[in-house]
Amino acid sequence: MPLIGCHECDAVIEEPIVPDGGAAICRRCGGTLFRRHRKTVETTLALMLSAAILFLVANAFPFLAFEIQGQLSQTTLRSGVVSLWQQDQHAVAALVLLTTIVAPGVQIGLLLWVLMPIHLGRRSWGAISAFRWVERLHPWAMMDVFLIGILVALVKLSDMAEIIPGIALWAFALLIPLMASAFAFLDPEIVWRRLEVRR
Amino acid sequence: MTASLASFTNRPHAQCEVCNLVMSVPRGLEAAPLACSRCHAAVHRRKPESLSRTWAFVIAAAICYVPANLYPIMTVTRFGRPESNTILSGVVFLFEHGMWPLALIVFVASVVVPLLKLVGLVGLVVSVQRRSRWRPRDRASLYRAVEAVGRWSMVDIYVVTVLVALVHLGSLASVEAEAGAFFFGAVVVLTLLASQSFDPRLIWDAIEADDG
Repeated sequence: MPLIGCHECDAVIEEPIVPDGGAAICRRCGGTLFRRHRKTVETTLALMLSAAILFLVANAFPFLAFEIQGQLSQTTLRSGVVSLWQQDQHAVAALVLLTTIVAPGVQIGLLLWVLMPIHLGRRSWGAISAFRWVERLHPWAMMDVFLIGILVALVKLSDMAEIIPGIALWAFALLIPLMASAFAFLDPEIVWRRLEVRR
Repeated sequence: MTASLASFTNRPHAQCEVCNLVMSVPRGLEAAPLACSRCHAAVHRRKPESLSRTWAFVIAAAICYVPANLYPIMTVTRFGRPESNTILSGVVFLFEHGMWPLALIVFVASVVVPLLKLVGLVGLVVSVQRRSRWRPRDRASLYRAVEAVGRWSMVDIYVVTVLVALVHLGSLASVEAEAGAFFFGAVVVLTLLASQSFDPRLIWDAIEADDG
């Protein structure tokens, strides 16, 4: 049995056999050692392909429209970033751009780039650093938090004007559970091992 | 089980923080720079300068926390009348309009979570510096909680983003982001960096040193 380590307390143990879908918990610190998903490559790949389509729809189509006394203003997902930038809030604009569009978009792209060739029995160029970046970007992808922010903003506006949700908003709302389940099914240990085999 | 665990942890090994590969380290090379054989990332037995980095980010975040709550995060103009909004006045608005579940979410995400993160991280860093042996499992759970909830503080930044994007109809209705938004964003980023800098393995080092 290979040795595995707990990344939270550094305990080293022999890898336990865990049924599919189960998790191994560290005896010492209570942290999750890993969650086993034997079909991780195929499941995550399938979810990521659908996520990629929804991500494109969410970015290409109107997000929300806002009507007050006959005046209509329409927005897309990136309108907020553009408006913040125009109001000289460059740092905030950059932070919103990173957390709602760049980080999740790059994560989707890189995961497809890594997992597709593994599924076909090959290894893509730069797959190792690509997969490293998927994990590094993870804390900065905050689309789920953004959805709550949208909800709060809509409540604040509801007494002031009429809000017309666009197709991109529905795509975005579907994208969030999809991304969450894709990452729940991602078993990095198996991906790293399959990358290692095709050296 | 505890016995076999101790014998393993005493064996010189290093674990890759990126891909979690466990490598044995030849004697005499413990201090040498290592690269992971599987993912090529630099391997550190402990995150470099973990405590001083965490302190630096926590102090910077605590300083930004004050203007983030005192300055308005946005100015809402309705029919020519400008009105400044702070984080707290936004919560009060939601509460007064009967949206208390949302008011609670925003209050917890924007006021309670950053404060708990700062207090929690200071407690963790101080306990490690004093080589405390007090309830390591609970401190490990505290760190996991700090890591998990931090991102939800971004909610208020996103509320401002959506309002700024939607409402720009001149004097009829418009929303401008203000200085508070910048400081609030800084608090979120700095606390995220602080919790990423802290190395939870340090909690267990004091316990291992005493057992070994």
